Amino acid sequence: MNGEELTEQETALYDRQIRVWGADAQRRLSKSHILVYGMKGTVAEFCKNIVLAGVGSVTLVDDREVTEEALSANFLILPDENLYHGKTLAEVCCDSLKEFNPMVHVSVEKGDISTFGVEFFGKFDAVVISCCSLAKKKLINQKCRKLSKRVAFYTVDCRGSCGEIFVDLKDYKYSKKKLEETVECQLEFPSFEDTISVPWKALPKRVSKLYFAMRVIEQFEDAEGRNPGETSIADLPGVLKLRKELCETNSVNESQIPDALLERLLMDTSEYPPVCAIIGGILGQEVIKAISGKGDPLKNFFFFDAMDGKGLLEDISEPKPVS
Amino acid sequence: MASQEQLSAIKRAKVLMVGAGGIGCELLKTLALSGFQDIHIIDMDTIEVSNLNRQFLFRQSHVGQSKAKASTFTGILQAFSLVARDAVLRFRPNISITPYHANVKESRFNVDFFKEFDVVLNGLDNLDARRHVNRLCLAADIPLVESGTTGFLGQVTVHLKGKTECYECQPKPAPKTYPVCTITSTPSKFVHCIVWAKDLLFAKLFGDKNQENDLNVRSSDTANSSEHSEDVFECRKDEDIERYGRRIYDHVFGHNIEVALSNEETKDVLPEKQTKENGNKEKGCAADDVSAMVSLSLKNPQDIWNLVENSRVFLEALRLFFLKREKDIGNLTFDKDDQLAVEFVTAAANIRASSFGIPLHSLFEAKGIAGNIVHAVATTNAIIAGLIVIEAIKVLQKDNNNYRMTYCLEHPSRKLLLMPVEPYEPNRSCYVCSETPVSLEVNTQRSKLRDFVEKIIKAKLGMNFPLIMQGASILYEVGEDLEEDMVAIYAANLEKALSELPSPVTCGSVLTVEDLQQEFSCSINIKHREEFDEEKEPDGMLLSGWVEAPVDKDNNKPIGNDESTSNALPSGETLEGEKDDEIQETSEVVEAFTGKKRKLSEVSEVTAPDPSGPSSINQNKPKKLDIDDEADELIISDDWESLTKKKKL
Repeated sequence: MNGEELTEQETALYDRQIRVWGADAQRRLSKSHILVYGMKGTVAEFCKNIVLAGVGSVTLVDDREVTEEALSANFLILPDENLYHGKTLAEVCCDSLKEFNPMVHVSVEKGDISTFGVEFFGKFDAVVISCCSLAKKKLINQKCRKLSKRVAFYTVDCRGSCGEIFVDLKDYKYSKKKLEETVECQLEFPSFEDTISVPWKALPKRVSKLYFAMRVIEQFEDAEGRNPGETSIADLPGVLKLRKELCETNSVNESQIPDALLERLLMDTSEYPPVCAIIGGILGQEVIKAISGKGDPLKNFFFFDAMDGKGLLEDISEPKPVS
Repeated sequence: MASQEQLSAIKRAKVLMVGAGGIGCELLKTLALSGFQDIHIIDMDTIEVSNLNRQFLFRQSHVGQSKAKASTFTGILQAFSLVARDAVLRFRPNISITPYHANVKESRFNVDFFKEFDVVLNGLDNLDARRHVNRLCLAADIPLVESGTTGFLGQVTVHLKGKTECYECQPKPAPKTYPVCTITSTPSKFVHCIVWAKDLLFAKLFGDKNQENDLNVRSSDTANSSEHSEDVFECRKDEDIERYGRRIYDHVFGHNIEVALSNEETKDVLPEKQTKENGNKEKGCAADDVSAMVSLSLKNPQDIWNLVENSRVFLEALRLFFLKREKDIGNLTFDKDDQLAVEFVTAAANIRASSFGIPLHSLFEAKGIAGNIVHAVATTNAIIAGLIVIEAIKVLQKDNNNYRMTYCLEHPSRKLLLMPVEPYEPNRSCYVCSETPVSLEVNTQRSKLRDFVEKIIKAKLGMNFPLIMQGASILYEVGEDLEEDMVAIYAANLEKALSELPSPVTCGSVLTVEDLQQEFSCSINIKHREEFDEEKEPDGMLLSGWVEAPVDKDNNKPIGNDESTSNALPSGETLEGEKDDEIQETSEVVEAFTGKKRKLSEVSEVTAPDPSGPSSINQNKPKKLDIDDEADELIISDDWESLTKKKKL
């Protein structure tokens, strides 16, 4: 139990959510620091959610300029050129986010995130990255894992009607009440790199096709030196070729990754606002759970596809050795 | 992602949102971002601080002064719909948002009004309004997307006349009520003490004196038995407030407690008479801001006060009501945003609880119970809003095979956190959309038309402006253009027993009841019955064929914890024990199947086997409840196995 009480203001403002997760969790949230990279629509949603929840601080990183496209799914950017001219995406979003909850400290960090050192990441309790190449994801994840302090790591990507969240909480201990007892739980999360290295053959048959499709696209972008999301239907032949190779290497049938799904992911690279709201919401909940130490965390992937409307969890990890 | 076709359908669409609160803010934002350009919103609420944790379009500056009474209006209470509109226009300046700061039950929102829209999206917080909108959408034949959230749980459902269930095809829970004796004599849970404190004691002391009240008024002092029992609660002329307070305390806790248990200890803990030192704190306190906690320097609403502290709060709150809010006394109903009322009820409930060995609760907890507060977070509302928009777009495209009811779960079920389910066919016995008649058992010689109108037509059947006919004779109607002599006849009819009406209603009579605004009509078959059980059927009338949730053992007589809504937790879960350190385990899940139903897709397949055979109907028939931002309960199915099996047939 932390010594400080919530202020009267906080109690009034957060009344309804304190009734969900308790005052203790609220206190922990108010002391937490979140780093966010890549200010697209889904991330804007996520930031809105954690700011409303009352985290201690949110640090935004995105030096890109505001463009038409950025406006389309990001409600934090007001379409007034006078307001956003000369500012980066992070700066514009920062201005808007501050308004949602004056008790949360929102700020911008400039620079190339790949150059930030381990100590930088150590300032945060959770790191959320989006619009990241494969290489960057691995790099940042590794830096977070190097710290003895636990820094929760999340990636989030939305393409058209699909969305993906990855969670890495390292060694996560938490307790929960089951009926009358308090149960101690422990989960070990693999890093992003280790996760995607799990041979496909070793995974259960029913793993979401979206998992595999996203990995193919991810590798394609990596191999072609593309920025995340910089693909089009013209890339289909190249992607199908890569799929064939990967499936052969992994000894799985190509039908695991349907053409139609790959086409959709290649073509619909812009964000779809309803999916942003859904993914941003799920991600918000996850970060709140991890910070407050309450509730079973998602392990370790979440997928949503508006086509079938399912939001599902996949546990992609090395299968436990049979003893 | 939206195809060109979708985009143009979206652009052309005219959408009505009913309710602009929790879900509403998220929904309006997502609709605007998704390309909708003509959005209308109906909402009657104004903004409060507690809304700001999730209704992100609103700011602290929008919050009005404390609930302004009409006579002391000092601040501008900002309407949800108006502020939401302005906020969204900032990032989508070129779309049209038309707000109506009004109650959706107003007559201007009639069938013709609803017909103008391509789809209606509900983000409401009470059952009454949802039923009302349901009927209007049916009458107008406009698709309705319903939704609700509570904490981490949420759901979205789609309703199309003739194609899917309407909102009322499935039973909705009646408000939770408790037997009188439990409240007045044998409480066993904290909520019973709250109901006593709120609906009996608070009402008796501060509410309408003419209202019937079951509070035990008998004095044990036989010497005073000649005194009219009502006098006990009246402040006597020239009686000092402190003395009055102690007298009430003695009477209410001493007497009742003596009756139930003998407990000498309570007499020893009556606090010393209040000193004058607190008088200074009251100077300059506006009437609305008066607080016993402030007066007694009790700072933390999460603290559980001991018996002495509760007693002090009780007496101080009582004193402050009489001293500072005298003009309110006699008119008050409990309001969860009335700090002094909450303090009084908390203290009273705790003192009572203490004598019955029931654990005490903090003001925070008590307020939640007494005010039926529904816990809410922004994330669930955001997720549900996204799902609503996805369904709305399918509706616009008449994508009939792909409509889904989607459930947002707190704990995954078979890996799913968001679970889509195909909608069901309309319930053939639904009295709302399938026009099935209902039956009423009543003593036609004793029950008056007034009882029939209030308790059956309005309360149970949800009609607001009924027209009641037997054959061609109109027995009763409400309206603005009625002739005076008709109004007089109807007023007289209300006081008559059913069998004595100008067109006598007897066993075998068939009544037609209509609500012209809802364009909803229903037939009622009347059956005469002599006797009714006073405890179990206190109204003396039994309606059947009306789809009602199964009654649980607490639900015997109407002393409710609220007029129209149920508690935020699934039944079977006690409200105490909701401690600081737990996330509510509201994942108890049950679903009702009310007879044979088939999924839409199965109906269209000629060769599909009938999935509604005995093996697939859930024998337990547990409740399905809907979810709400402010009030109703949620229970979802645990039994997705059988549901998904059906789908695959």
